[in-house]
Amino acid sequence: MKSSVLRIALATVAVLCTGGMASAAWEPVRPVEFIVPAGTGGGADQMARTIQGIVTKHNLMKQPLVVINKSGGAGGEGFLDVKSSVNNPHKIIITLSNLFTTPLATGIPFNWKDLTPVAMLALDEFVLWVNADKPYKNVKDYIDAVKKAPPGSIKMGGTGSKQEDQIITVAVEKASSTKFTYIPYKGGGEVAVQLVGNHIDSSVNNPIEAVAQWRGGKLRPLCVFDGKQMAYGDPIADGKGWKDIPTCKSQGLDMEYLMLRGVFMSPKATKDQVDYYIELFKKVRATPEWQDFMKSGAFNTTFLTGADYAKWVEVEEKRHEVLMKEAGFLAGN
Amino acid sequence: MTTNSSSAAGPKHRVVEAGIAVLIALFGVIVIIGSVKAGINWGAEGPRAGFFPFYIGIFIVVSSAINFWHGLRDGDDGLFAEWGQLRQVMSVVIPTAIYVGSMPFTGLYLASLIFIGYFMRWLGKYRWVTVLGVAFGMPIITYFIFERYFMVPLPKGPIEDWLGI
Amino acid sequence: MEEIVNLFHGFAVALQPFNIMVMLLGIVLGVIIGVLPGLGGANGVAILLPLTFSMPPTSAIIMLSCIYWGALFGGAITSILFNIPGEPWSVATTFDGYPMAQQGKAGEALTAAFTSSFVGALFAVIMITLVAPLVASFALQFGPAEKFAVYFLAFCSFVGLSKEPPFKTIAAMMMGFALAAVGLDSITGQLRLTFGFTHLLNGFDFLIAVIGLFGIGEILLTMEEGLAFKGGKAKIDLKVVLQTWKNLPKYWLTMLRSCFIGCWMGITPAGATPASFMSYGIAKRVSKNGNNFGKGEIEGVIAPETAAHAAGTAALLPMLSLGVPGSPTAAVLLGGLLIWGLQPGPMLFVEQKEFVWGLIASMYLGNLFGLIVVLTCVPIFAAILRVPFSIIAPLILVLCAIGAYSVHSSTFDVMMMLVFGVVGYLLKKCNYPLAPLVLAIVLGDKAEEAFRQSLLGSQGSLGIFFSNPLVSTIMVLGLIALFWSAIQEGITRLRGTRTAAA
Repeated sequence: MKSSVLRIALATVAVLCTGGMASAAWEPVRPVEFIVPAGTGGGADQMARTIQGIVTKHNLMKQPLVVINKSGGAGGEGFLDVKSSVNNPHKIIITLSNLFTTPLATGIPFNWKDLTPVAMLALDEFVLWVNADKPYKNVKDYIDAVKKAPPGSIKMGGTGSKQEDQIITVAVEKASSTKFTYIPYKGGGEVAVQLVGNHIDSSVNNPIEAVAQWRGGKLRPLCVFDGKQMAYGDPIADGKGWKDIPTCKSQGLDMEYLMLRGVFMSPKATKDQVDYYIELFKKVRATPEWQDFMKSGAFNTTFLTGADYAKWVEVEEKRHEVLMKEAGFLAGN
Repeated sequence: MTTNSSSAAGPKHRVVEAGIAVLIALFGVIVIIGSVKAGINWGAEGPRAGFFPFYIGIFIVVSSAINFWHGLRDGDDGLFAEWGQLRQVMSVVIPTAIYVGSMPFTGLYLASLIFIGYFMRWLGKYRWVTVLGVAFGMPIITYFIFERYFMVPLPKGPIEDWLGI
Repeated sequence: MEEIVNLFHGFAVALQPFNIMVMLLGIVLGVIIGVLPGLGGANGVAILLPLTFSMPPTSAIIMLSCIYWGALFGGAITSILFNIPGEPWSVATTFDGYPMAQQGKAGEALTAAFTSSFVGALFAVIMITLVAPLVASFALQFGPAEKFAVYFLAFCSFVGLSKEPPFKTIAAMMMGFALAAVGLDSITGQLRLTFGFTHLLNGFDFLIAVIGLFGIGEILLTMEEGLAFKGGKAKIDLKVVLQTWKNLPKYWLTMLRSCFIGCWMGITPAGATPASFMSYGIAKRVSKNGNNFGKGEIEGVIAPETAAHAAGTAALLPMLSLGVPGSPTAAVLLGGLLIWGLQPGPMLFVEQKEFVWGLIASMYLGNLFGLIVVLTCVPIFAAILRVPFSIIAPLILVLCAIGAYSVHSSTFDVMMMLVFGVVGYLLKKCNYPLAPLVLAIVLGDKAEEAFRQSLLGSQGSLGIFFSNPLVSTIMVLGLIALFWSAIQEGITRLRGTRTAAA
């Protein structure tokens, strides 16, 4: 057990060591809790644990980084926990789109403005997938088939209800004036396998969730819901790589959607504290492990901090509000 | 202590049984109210959120009614437990309730220390040396296993803050 | 055969000194995780995942899978000694394991549990070795309707077993369903039964309920009798292992049946929990000692443990070959694979031969090492029961509190645990069965989810549960299991006085 005297001594040493540098004076003095508002094994969890591994391996922090899953109520549990930790700079949270969708769909008392934005780590892409045994070679083939089938008989699978996958589905319906039956599953991996087993007709899985099945020749990507094609050119199946997937917009499906993989911290954090974490994530991004991870999931590696980040989140929040209102996903109706 | 007082009094089994049935029925009613709020009809795409819980609530209420009736009619006339036995049970429940209730304020370690100490000293009547050994040993071992090796943070209070851990 | 050659190559990989060391470390860590309530397999593996980040992938996955095995073994220890199952699939082990421990047969119960775990897991590994690609395609046939049918079968083979009054069984089970429904409804994404209370967002975790109902409830029941010291009967030498082993071959049929149930449930994404309940239920029905189940029958330990571990191991197969995890722990392992840049899925067996066969070989060895480690510790575990109750009781209560807290890092859960404890005490005194309640908490929301996913797909038609041979067969099996006692009675009556002993 350390005494408080020792603690102060250590803190002094730490200050002296970094004293030569500019002003980044704050450092964690106890283990930092890294909250994941999703279950173990999911995309956010994977990213958080990768970061934890990188931090440990490269010794990027003096205190341990501890990952804690708080997935209850579509992540609401995690958000409320950080919201209530005012003045505790040892708590950060990784977010996905449920930052917006959960409060809107369930009505829990939470808004992202309750937290302090730290940094956007990456954006996750969404791809429209069909089973490779089906004859649909491009978006047009598929949408035509959906239009021909009796309404509601074509099934779209996705992760969760009233969350990003279903929002995209509704937007696709609107852009192509079709009607899908949306079936929610617990996780993206499960959705991909259900698609391989032909229990659903299409999915909007993230790249990392379906890449194995694509490589195995079981699934076929039709288009990516991004403004531009993805950057990764390495061939994955049939000589095609992520770069070769056309954008949905170019295929006549006017919909763009990217999912935030960003970090927030507890309310009322000081600038020093935020800066510490920003520096930390900059170091994480520079490691080869992080770059491998980005490549394996074909992530969009946009990195934003400070006002740019807050602005991005604000625009995205407005957009979700509109999208979810149109889809009738808001709580209390 | 009270094991040989065979003629001791205590609550009647059938009374407790009826009470439990009423409590379970009450739980069922709460479930029904919550389900109605969530929507209990069968929508175009299958049952809505409250559909199953609603019928589950009804099942709970109905089976509790039957249990209530059975309990009063042919429940056994014996004692549920002797008062002495219940006192023994409460001598665990009440300290545990205090332990659990104080945990958010004192943290787990201090509360556990006091709880173990109380239990061993006043219920187990051990020597102070043994009592203090276990009461301090357990939280310290817990700290090292959970916080240090497995990095699972447990609730902490002012003492831990002061110690800086 | 090519597989055998690959396997031996795998053994060579797994038997490198570094990997053996990693294996032993994993087993020991796993047992510790399994014994501490609240950490459990999935959490434990997730917590230790970053530790393996700096190892080569093969060693890392060997370590993680050994942690997994250790945790599986460890889970049985608290179930048998203290009536506290650390994992959903250990619940069925408490039914007979705990009574055995109370009768001074903790050593036998532990030995039986460990050995049958080993047999179950070994059977599943052999199956993975021989028929991996074939089996993977079978798993693909499981859509929501098929999954619901499996849950239905698990319920049906378990209900109708209890000797308690039927309406008490119904009330208990329905309470379980109701508790499972609290929180977010996964199909509509709306909250239900939370009454605006944010603590209820994540619903009632199985572990909180079980620690309370079983663990705390049991301590309260014991307290009625005062602090009398009665743990001294436990035998504490290694001979008990050999003596128990002598008896185990008698139960080969139970083991074999449980192996099949386990493998089947592990490959379908239903997992180990329904497997353990189903196996227990069926063993109770067909065993000639059926009436002793629940009172400390060794067969009642063998059946669920064998099935749970066969399922837990078989669950790794869909993870490797399809990329879909068959259990929460497998989901975390899957995350691990991705972090090391390995993509599970159809190509893994082709592209990463060394890794896959190293893993499979480590399953054989890890399992064997695990068995040896835990068996040598049986006397130590059994000796825990010799500690006087007034020392062990507060320690168990503290450990329960830690376990309940670490599930969701919430002190509210710890309070709920105590409430469940008092409720468990009262229910047990009033002759309400707790097992159906727990089964309903564990499987209730999953069954409802699968049911409603099926109906979404079929646009509301119930016909989907009889729409193809696979789902119809499972549903019919379920119905047979549900009405089994009636059917059995009919058969007995037809045969006159001859009792049907299977």
